[in-house]
Amino acid sequence: MCGIVGLFLKDKALEPKLGAMLSEMLVSLSDRGPDSAGIAIYGATAGNEAKITIQSPKPERDFRGLDAELAKALGAPVSIAVKSTHAVIRTTPDKVDAAREALQSLRPDVRVMGAGEAVEIYKEVGLPEAVVDRFDVRKMTGTHGIGHTRMATESAVTTMGAHPFSTGADQCLVHNGSLSNHNNVRRELVREGMKFETENDTEVAAAYLSSQIAHGKNLGEALEGTLSDLDGFFTFVVGTKNGFGVVRDPIACKPAVMAETDQYVAFGSEYRALTKLPGIDNARVWEPEPATVYFWEH
Amino acid sequence: MPATSKATRESHARVFDLDVSSLRELNQALHNLTPGSNETAWEVLNPKGNHSVAVGVDQPVSIDVRGSVGYYCGGMNSGSTITVHGSAGPGVGENMMSGSIVIKGDASQYAGATGKGGLLVIEGNASSRCGISMKGIDIVVHGNIGHMSAFMAQSGNLVVLGDAGDALGDSIYEARLFVRGKVDSLGADCIAKEMRPEHLELLQGLLDRAGLTGVKPSEFKRYGSARTLYNFNIDNADAY
Repeated sequence: MCGIVGLFLKDKALEPKLGAMLSEMLVSLSDRGPDSAGIAIYGATAGNEAKITIQSPKPERDFRGLDAELAKALGAPVSIAVKSTHAVIRTTPDKVDAAREALQSLRPDVRVMGAGEAVEIYKEVGLPEAVVDRFDVRKMTGTHGIGHTRMATESAVTTMGAHPFSTGADQCLVHNGSLSNHNNVRRELVREGMKFETENDTEVAAAYLSSQIAHGKNLGEALEGTLSDLDGFFTFVVGTKNGFGVVRDPIACKPAVMAETDQYVAFGSEYRALTKLPGIDNARVWEPEPATVYFWEH
Repeated sequence: MPATSKATRESHARVFDLDVSSLRELNQALHNLTPGSNETAWEVLNPKGNHSVAVGVDQPVSIDVRGSVGYYCGGMNSGSTITVHGSAGPGVGENMMSGSIVIKGDASQYAGATGKGGLLVIEGNASSRCGISMKGIDIVVHGNIGHMSAFMAQSGNLVVLGDAGDALGDSIYEARLFVRGKVDSLGADCIAKEMRPEHLELLQGLLDRAGLTGVKPSEFKRYGSARTLYNFNIDNADAY
């Protein structure tokens, strides 16, 4: 099964409530996937600053003193905000690659969840309620976000196997379904130089999109490519720095419902996820068509 | 059933507010009905996309659901009249035996799947796989239906006032499909068929039962099985 949600705000007045709204949507779909949950929030960008979300199995050990050590290694200012097993590192955008490299030697057990100017990604094993509580997601503000609650099929139930998956700056993806040609596609992407953290099929879809975007395609074109290059069942919801996209495979057995008002565009695996959104009774509610790309940009 | 004691919204209607009562309480109360019960009118408030609302009802009561429902609403219905004043999630009326279900909004995937009898009316659009494996149910859709509808449909009638998506009636048996608009494509072994007087009469009856006026049977085309897949054809051996 799995449950996925997405929320793209048009009305700035709702931005302080993004975390609360998205959390509510995800929690309502808990029984579609009890294994793990995750959320990506696109917050305000702060000019000349990049964010790197990291995770550690031993946060007390790994996060202590990391800001100073990293600042020394990078020769640039670094701040770190710890949230449970995750932490958000802030530094200058030109130091992101160097920071990833430095982390490998400074803290070998730390994993990078995602990086960019806007995105923060939090995911863990457990029910959505526990995961959003652990990371205080309800208090987060932002412009758009996506979330996932997982019923694992293609790889182990681990933090790294949870969604969203991010493989490019400010890009991430959640997936309901299962891909059947992910091993082949992964091999092709590895040859291109893409790096993978897991054996998970969804990570391949995320990397595929990042690779397409790196080749100069926009989000819509990259999503279009999934229809011919990825085999299997999928409903994807994708976030970029200022955009939000949805695509379903041509068979479209994985459920999807969308709602749009003047204030937002929302996605849910089921209508249940949308019932508490403001003005939902008068929203335009529809099922996205199979093999059709939808995307919105700020 | 404490929540039912405040049934005052409509005279004689027993009201369940799913913000207050559990779905299980509602369905258990419906299952507790016995033949000849005076509780013939039911109203369900705040369904909010809940699954399995009014599943397995087997008495001739009427149930008004005020809002949109999730998966499997009215599944296995046997004799009741269910009206959803909203939209329905996947599998509405799945395996219905008799009675009727009316959806005022849209219906999601596989509406009326495997239904054996009764009437399912969708006043908006239906999604993919509408009437998949239908076994005697009658389905009337005011709007459009999605791809792979009436897949392996065995018997019963599917009436569509709008358009049909790809692969309509793939591997169909003896169900009759009537479409007024365009059909994106027909599935394997499904063909357009002549509309004979008995079909016009049958279709008029279905339109009448669905309460549709101003729609003429002659505006529809009929589709059904070419019956070439019923028996193994030795010329196709290479395909296996």
